[in-house]
This record gives sequence, C-alpha cells and structure tokens, in this order.
Amino acid sequence: MTEAQKYSFFLGCVMPNRFPNLEKSIRVVMPMLGIELEDLEGASCCPAPGVVRSFDEPTWLALAARNLALAEMAGNDILTGCNGCYGTFKEALSEVQDHPDRLKEVQKVFDGMDITFNAEVEAKHIIEVISNMGADRIRELVTHPLNGIRIAVHYGCHLLKPSKNRPWKKTQNHTFLDELVEATGAESIRYKDKSLCCGAGGGVRGSNVAISVDIAKEKLDNILSAEVDCILNVCSFCHLQYELAQPQLNKELGEKRYQIPVIYYTQLLGLALGLDSGELGLDRHLVSTQPLLDKISR
Amino acid sequence: MTNPISSDKIESEDIDPQFTERIVEAGADRIRTCIQCGTCSSVCPSGRRTAFRTRELMRKAVLGLKDEVLASPDLWLCATCYTCLERCPREIKVTDAIIIMRNMAVDEGFMLPQHRKASQKLISTGHAVPIDDANRKVRKDLGLDELPPTTHSKKKALRDVQKIMKKTGFKKLIEGQAEEGA
Repeated sequence: MTEAQKYSFFLGCVMPNRFPNLEKSIRVVMPMLGIELEDLEGASCCPAPGVVRSFDEPTWLALAARNLALAEMAGNDILTGCNGCYGTFKEALSEVQDHPDRLKEVQKVFDGMDITFNAEVEAKHIIEVISNMGADRIRELVTHPLNGIRIAVHYGCHLLKPSKNRPWKKTQNHTFLDELVEATGAESIRYKDKSLCCGAGGGVRGSNVAISVDIAKEKLDNILSAEVDCILNVCSFCHLQYELAQPQLNKELGEKRYQIPVIYYTQLLGLALGLDSGELGLDRHLVSTQPLLDKISR
Repeated sequence: MTNPISSDKIESEDIDPQFTERIVEAGADRIRTCIQCGTCSSVCPSGRRTAFRTRELMRKAVLGLKDEVLASPDLWLCATCYTCLERCPREIKVTDAIIIMRNMAVDEGFMLPQHRKASQKLISTGHAVPIDDANRKVRKDLGLDELPPTTHSKKKALRDVQKIMKKTGFKKLIEGQAEEGA
C-alpha cells in the first residue's frame, strides 16, 4: 500500500496543449497519493478514436501501439487522464492481444525503428488507480473536507464502455467516481440522464459543432436543474466540451445562463488536500471557478 | 393508372453482399442477427436531435446498400458513446460497425474537411490538437515545460511517428497522390 507505484504518464493532445491546468493538478496531486509519474518522452496523439480510428484503423492501431511500446520499453504501465486516450489504449491492446496477426502487423510497421512491442503493457486511467486505492484511503488523506459542496459527476463514455473491456465491477449505474467525490466531503447530486454522453466524441465536435454542443446543452440543462456548485469530470475532452460549450451557448442566447464551473477530479481532491487553488490551475478556467472557490473558503 | 404512393424500391444492383461481409470480417460479426428492435436508435444521443437512425443504418448495412451508406453524412453523427453497443439485445458491436463503415467511406473519398484538417495536424506535429502560443504561455506560468515532453519537443519521435503514417498509407490517404513525396 505504501510502496510507491510508478507509471508512464501519457498526456495526449487536449490536456497538455489546451488545458495544461489539468496536467498541472495531476502532476501535483498524484505524488501526494504515493503515485510516481514518469514522463512518456516522445509520445504522440493517442491517436484520437473518433477521427483517426474512423479514417484508417491500421494507422490508429500502429500509432497507439507505438505509445504503448514507449511505456513497455520504460518498464511501466501507461497512465492517462483522458477517456478518449484510455479508450484507444484499451481497444488497441485487446485488438493485438486477441489477434496475434495484428500484433505482427504493427511489429512489421516498427521494422527499422528502435521500437519493440509485445503487448505486455497495461493501460490505466488516473481515476482507476485512485479508485484502486479506495475511497476510504482518500478520506483518510483529506485534511480540508469540502462539506456542503454539491457536485454533478460526469463519468464520460470511454471510461466505462465497452464494458466487456473495462475493469469496473458493474456494467452500468456506476458509483465508484461518486464515492471518490464524496470521500472529499462533497456531495454527489443525482441528475437526469447522468450517463449521457457530453457530445464531443466520435469526431462530432470536430465536424458538427452545432449538434455536438446541443448534446452538451441537454446535459447542462439537466445539471442546472440539479442546482450544483460544479461539474466534475475525468476526461480532458469532456472537460473541453463543457468549458467551451457554456460560453458559446451564452453568446448564442445573449444571456449568461451557463456558468457552471467545470473541474477535474485531481483539482477537487487537491483542494481537499489543502492545496492552493492557483497551484491546481483553478484560476485558468474558461468558466470562472470563483463561485465554487468562494463557497469552499466560506 | 400510376401508383399514387411512391415506394422506395431497392433495386438489385444497389445491393452489394460483399459490403456486409466486409463489416462482419472487420469485427462486427453479429450484425446479420439484427432484429430491427430499435434499441440502438432509442438510446442514441445524436438521434435525439437529428434524423440519424442507427437502426436504419444497421438495416442498410445488412442489406448491403453500400453506396447509400458510405455517402451518407449521417455516418459521421455518431459520437461513439457505445450506449447502443451496450444495450443491443443481439450483442452486435454497433459502434464498431459504424467505425468500420467510416473507414470504407474514407477509402471511397468521403472525408469531412474538418477531419482532414485534424489529420493534417497529426501528420505535421504528431498531435491532432497541437500546442498554440497562448497555451505555451499558460504552461510556463504554471511552472510546466513550455512544450510538453511529446513529439512537440522530441524531433526523433516526430520523425518516427511520421514514418509510421507514411508506411501505413495515412499520409497518402490524407494528402492525396499529388503531394506524395513532397
């Protein structure tokens, strides 16, 4: 339990290049849980399950295998904080593990490069590692309980599905993230269609913004009705969707209806561990987190 | 007298049995067991607000209506949330089937411009969403390296990634024959 776990930290695209504040919160909080992060040097896009897998599956598989190989060569399992990247790695691994010919196919692509890959690495999500520590352990570590904070938990899709290739005990109506949220002292609030997609994935946000944002709007309206202090997520792409969709909707509607702070799990946990909001990048949000921070410091 | 009801007749030449077979071989092996119950459509977040009907797409796939399916913009409305795949009573890998059909559509030249753009960025930088000046500054302000330790700061890694995309034909697929070797 106290023995430090070490992982190769895979950043992806959206987190380091659009929301470095989330990356920062992960880099600060994970070591406090006894989890050591080693940079995965030279990693690329996972690649994106929506666009790249849809365009050319063999390219998707080869690039995913390369990222996995970098971790395998470093002797670590790969750790990601993005549901999309997690989905890519879980699906790519099962593809090469279940079909030896596909493993040979990617090994052939790596011919002449110093990349060895035997598909012996595991892919983990940050919230999976924290969940494995247990909500009770998190509760023990909390020094600044976030009592009275009402939270709308958003799991996202690729963290949970396809359930046949995911580590969770249940296939639906999950509670592990709600338990980890409540371990900080905050309250996870029930809301309509909680398991609904954020609308960003599958290349829909990229090509059909209006439809993508309309899906997010449905979710945001349900969350508004639940009168919460923030949305909590564990995916950089869901995070992007909620951060960008709210100001966009406000602009379209000419009002300021959508101003729900959107925070990532390690930011919430960091606050409960007594860290400064600036160190967790909470002053770098598109939708101001100030109302949430004010309520916490009250 | 002509029939006042216009029927959408499916002509034999519209049917390509090989199309269904290719979807089966690529992994959506149970697609022929579809009973058209509509569970997939009923749980689809995109279907709630558009004319996209997953059930219809599955039926057309089983019938082998290749040209109609591949040319349809609906194919790109799936957010890959996997809810249909989870709920399908026949355990058809619905989402996988859609991804397989998208691959075929791209092969036939149906590629949305925004997706091509993201792919071009991947080819040039190793990231579908590359860094910009504003976020370089944010990284620095937060005490992180200005460039992440990815293909953005490792030239050899970027070359490897580009080599892979050339080998798999991705570069050619995105940039076309004309620019090959440029």
